[in-house]
Amino acid sequence: MPGTKEIRAKIASIKKIQKITKAMQMVATSKMRRTQERMRAARPYAEKMRSVIGNLTEANPDYRHAFLEERAPKAVGLIVVSTDRGFAGGLNVNLFKQVLHTVRDWQQRGAEASLCLIGAKGVGFFRRLRLPIVAQQTHLGDRPHVNDLIGSVKVMLDAYHEGRIDRLLLLHNRFVSTMSQKPEVKQLLPVPASERSGLPEHWDYIYEPEASAILDGLLMRFIESQVYQAAVENVACEMVARMVAMKSATDNAGGLIEDLQLVYNKARQAAITKELAEIVSGAAAV
Amino acid sequence: MTDTIQVDIVSAEGEIFSGPARMVFVPASQGEIGILPRHAPLLTMLKPGEVRVQPPEGGEQPFYVGGGALEVQPHRVTVLADTALRARDIDEAAAQAAKQRAEETLRSKSDKIDQAKALAELERAVALLKVVERLRKIRG
Repeated sequence: MPGTKEIRAKIASIKKIQKITKAMQMVATSKMRRTQERMRAARPYAEKMRSVIGNLTEANPDYRHAFLEERAPKAVGLIVVSTDRGFAGGLNVNLFKQVLHTVRDWQQRGAEASLCLIGAKGVGFFRRLRLPIVAQQTHLGDRPHVNDLIGSVKVMLDAYHEGRIDRLLLLHNRFVSTMSQKPEVKQLLPVPASERSGLPEHWDYIYEPEASAILDGLLMRFIESQVYQAAVENVACEMVARMVAMKSATDNAGGLIEDLQLVYNKARQAAITKELAEIVSGAAAV
Repeated sequence: MTDTIQVDIVSAEGEIFSGPARMVFVPASQGEIGILPRHAPLLTMLKPGEVRVQPPEGGEQPFYVGGGALEVQPHRVTVLADTALRARDIDEAAAQAAKQRAEETLRSKSDKIDQAKALAELERAVALLKVVERLRKIRG
């Protein structure tokens, strides 16, 4: 049986850990609401953008943009949105599993995969695997800004333009609820055709000044908005996941302390009994 | 009952305006255009400037947009703003400072990228100031 002193030291250290996890839990809880509001605020833009692009794929322009053309996939690009910091439970790990699964899937179909990483955790993980990383962006903070994402997105769009990748996918955590966040794979390029909306069969927009310039600008904004939405959603997921993970860590630490306290009390009592017995037997011997 | 058109102004950071209007003016890349209900489908880019919405109950509501895209369907106008703020929130001093900074950068003749950046910034600042001035006139 370990001595009382060792047990006391162990209890003290677990209490310190508990304090830290409790603090992290509270920070995550207070940030959670704001990040969720931000996520909701970003939604109308992404939705409107999607519906405009949906209408666009329905239109019949003379000019076909490269982003709308399907071509045989020889290489795929993946934009992976992960968190900057850990202590978020299985959030990143689940996402990375999905990424590896997707990569393997494409490799079996004979397509190379290259990565664009957003978030430090993704960079740390995928650096060890031998997959080409073409762009990375870390430390976006709790308020990702569109400006910070434009650079890394552009790298992938250029790669698509130049034919180095034939398909662009976006992988991120989707916020389902406080208890559940699911990794999601979304195809960005070529832009997937929308379901039929109630628009007439043959029609087209008036483009001002010309179709190519507008489509370029619009599609770029579309991709950026999708990635921005993913980044904002990912932050919301991060906070929720951290809150839940830290809550269970705090609870576990509490349970551990209780168990150790019991062991400590027993050890202490045993030592006292032993001492008493020694004194009594010593007195009897005199 | 006059005909109305549904107007949605959204930016990446949030929804700015959503509601019916009799007419909308937007700063398209080729110059300002006015849109009435039953307009033909149109797709165009926007310059920094103000979007003016005329609600059915009369009057006019200005919004500042820092560029973006515009989609028109016969009964729906969607403004996808790059950075859109409510015109009232705009800090005139900040716009002035931005304008000054941009002009200084222009004068100091640095490399081409800086100049292009400064020009864009100048354009935005001028558009902002115009909105502020108009607001002031409305309020008297």
